[in-house]
Amino acid sequence: MTALMGLALIMALIPLIAVLGYVIQRGAQVVDLNFLTKSIPITDRTIGPGMGPAIVGTLVITAAAALISVPLGVMGAVYLNEYGNNRRLSRIVRFFSEVMTGVPSIVMGLFVYTALVLRTKELNGLAGALALACLMLPVIIRSSEEMLKLVPLDQREASLALGARKVTTIFKVVLPAAAPGMLSGVLLAVARAAGETAPLLFTIGVVSKANPDIFSGTNTTLSAQIFRNAASPFIGAQDRAWGAAFTLICIVFLFTILARLLSALLTRRSS
Amino acid sequence: MAAADTSLAHEDRSHLVAPRGARRDGIFAKAVLAAAVLVLVILALIAWSTASEAWPVFSKEGFRFIFSNRWNPSKGEFGGLAFVYGTLVISLIAVVIAVPVSVGIALLTTEVAPKWLRKPLVYLVDLLAVVPSVVFGLWGINVLAPKIKPVYKSFADAVDWIPGVNRVFVSQGAQGRSIMTAGIILAVMITPVITSLVREIFATVPLALKEAAYGLGATRWEMIRGAVMSHSKSGLISSVMIGLGRAMGETIAVALVIGSSPQITSRLFNTGDAMASVIANNFGEADGTFRAALIGMGVVLFGITIIVGVGARAVVNRSTKKLSA
Amino acid sequence: MSSSSPFSIADLSVHYGTRLAVRDVNLDIEPQRITAIIGPSGCGKSTFLRCLNRMNDLVPGASVSGKVLYYGEDMYGPNVDAAAVRHRIGMVFQKPNPFPKSIYDNVAYGPKLHGSRKGLDDVVEEALTRAALWEEVKDKLKSSGLSLSGGQQQRLCIARALAVHPDVLLMDEPCSALDPIATARIEELMIELRQDVTIVIVTHNMQQAARVSDTTAFFTVEVGDEGGRTGTLIELGETKTMFSTPTDERTHNYITGRFG
Repeated sequence: MTALMGLALIMALIPLIAVLGYVIQRGAQVVDLNFLTKSIPITDRTIGPGMGPAIVGTLVITAAAALISVPLGVMGAVYLNEYGNNRRLSRIVRFFSEVMTGVPSIVMGLFVYTALVLRTKELNGLAGALALACLMLPVIIRSSEEMLKLVPLDQREASLALGARKVTTIFKVVLPAAAPGMLSGVLLAVARAAGETAPLLFTIGVVSKANPDIFSGTNTTLSAQIFRNAASPFIGAQDRAWGAAFTLICIVFLFTILARLLSALLTRRSS
Repeated sequence: MAAADTSLAHEDRSHLVAPRGARRDGIFAKAVLAAAVLVLVILALIAWSTASEAWPVFSKEGFRFIFSNRWNPSKGEFGGLAFVYGTLVISLIAVVIAVPVSVGIALLTTEVAPKWLRKPLVYLVDLLAVVPSVVFGLWGINVLAPKIKPVYKSFADAVDWIPGVNRVFVSQGAQGRSIMTAGIILAVMITPVITSLVREIFATVPLALKEAAYGLGATRWEMIRGAVMSHSKSGLISSVMIGLGRAMGETIAVALVIGSSPQITSRLFNTGDAMASVIANNFGEADGTFRAALIGMGVVLFGITIIVGVGARAVVNRSTKKLSA
Repeated sequence: MSSSSPFSIADLSVHYGTRLAVRDVNLDIEPQRITAIIGPSGCGKSTFLRCLNRMNDLVPGASVSGKVLYYGEDMYGPNVDAAAVRHRIGMVFQKPNPFPKSIYDNVAYGPKLHGSRKGLDDVVEEALTRAALWEEVKDKLKSSGLSLSGGQQQRLCIARALAVHPDVLLMDEPCSALDPIATARIEELMIELRQDVTIVIVTHNMQQAARVSDTTAFFTVEVGDEGGRTGTLIELGETKTMFSTPTDERTHNYITGRFG
């Protein structure tokens, strides 16, 4: 029986190693400073770098998505844990928040497309960021609420017993105590958002020169570029796709490792 | 009142009655309430906004949108049965592969593996969830698809003599970019999700239950079957449903490897298409009614995932009620 | 009813939802004294104590009826700010609960709340000195409050409460999580503090009550017709008298160990 389980484990790890292996093998050789900074060639046929604009796009759009979803998500979690307790509204919000984590990312993209892009007739980074923010919001609410729950009740009592108000207690005692764990959850949500493609397909358009302005003009990201180039018959485009994949994996893994280090630090501190 | 003054006049009690900053408390409470309710607002907006854009196609096609197989965008016919079929089939393939694998890994990391090995194994498997879908797609279309095509053909030839099975695994028309490949990549992608859910469920099996089983003389496997599995039944069902929901919504990797030619076929090695992928692959060039139809596909997808998500939670809620009744 | 008494309590009852937890308590607390509240478990001692700084407000479904006059003013009056109440009446809890901040920041937390920025160093030193902790921590004020031993953490919590100069300090079984040596230090501390701060301590340890308190209140639990348990005050008196010649038979039984 143990052999079967071991087989299961191997079945899961083989694709992981295979994918990472290929990405590193075919992507790392393409990535150099030129690749990271030069603009994207206009035609697929061209051989050579770079993916600079895509990197800028990924960073800028993901950052914007985080700036939108993190404060809202944390505040939502604060409501659920500090004010809502077991009231009916909180249970409904929690329920649908979990359901929302299962909504396909492409639906979020369609939503922002119909609700915003069709009205403003504009494709820009912000629209993409909003779609990503919708994806991140329920995840951040859930993970933040878990962290808030871990802060013991007697911490709040101690603060209130000194004459502090609820808001002060939340900002000066509860949030600081929950912060490392919440940050870890946020980093994981950001890592996921950085890798997303579908929500961006109909919201940001495409561009070949870097555009750090999310409010105007189309944009592109590493994920969108990989998708565009993946099926291309041209070697140049293929190489750029693998290079972009390598870069994206590096970014995403970096955030994930940071998140895990944080939560490991947290568990060590509290034991 | 400065806290540093030590001359507390016991006669001065008026500040007991001064409500300082109570208003600030009230504003903050309203703000966080608004943030929480935002989730519900967004869900409602998604439904409303996408459905109203897709309405022209819905009203023209009615139920044919889901049940008819006549998909001719150029002629304005939008019967999406092939996509619904494709989504269901690849998701089922994914679940059939991923669930045993996930349960096996979950058992391994909660019951069987030595304690020091558990966390590293969990971290490794979770890395699968970190890899973006588009990277799986890139690998799938460029590496897996070409390599797996001969495997399909050999397998199909090998089972050619088995009646029934030889309708499913057919050598002719077998492609690397096919329904089966999409199902396999999906399985890889949903494994970490299901594994982590199932692990959590196994971890909550009360120690007393396990010790009781051992106390009655059970071997480790009998204990796992008797105590762990039976306790986790509803949680397992819920996890499978959640995995199914994820599979159905997964877009990019599937879009790249499914072959993008919609057809309702039992031949798993053939090309096909799915709801999420057809949207991703065609939205750029689509316009007018075609676009509305694609949005409508998204609405159907949204509806399915909500139903599956609510169902999964309902299963868990009902069993928790039973336990506490 | 005296307005020079920190607490004049009349007909105080506490309900948790429909359950009557504490009924009809009438007593006056004397200033600059230590009043101990003793009784078997479940008799509402802590519930009663938490009425005195409106901490029961935080329990959903809790309702308090009757009068609690703080130096003549009704603490539960319509315009009274609970936070202001808690500023004047400090509390120390059963399990030490310092914030995961530095020792300095723990003690400075209260004063900073109420606006002061200057002279914090002096306030912190004064509070730690009054809590008999200064000598032990003066060189490591920046280290975490959690790095202290259990007894030190409790003294830190006492310092934290003292830093806002309360008139009253409520202590809810402050030594029950501590070893005998730490307990003894805190008992010494309480006797020193008594001159400036009125102390009300809930304790399940009769010997402790006998050692430190000037006045003792004995609560017990009554079981109602439907099995509901309600706490109520049985007897209040000078500690020496209570422990040698209690008036009520129930007090006598508790003290001599016949129940509880």
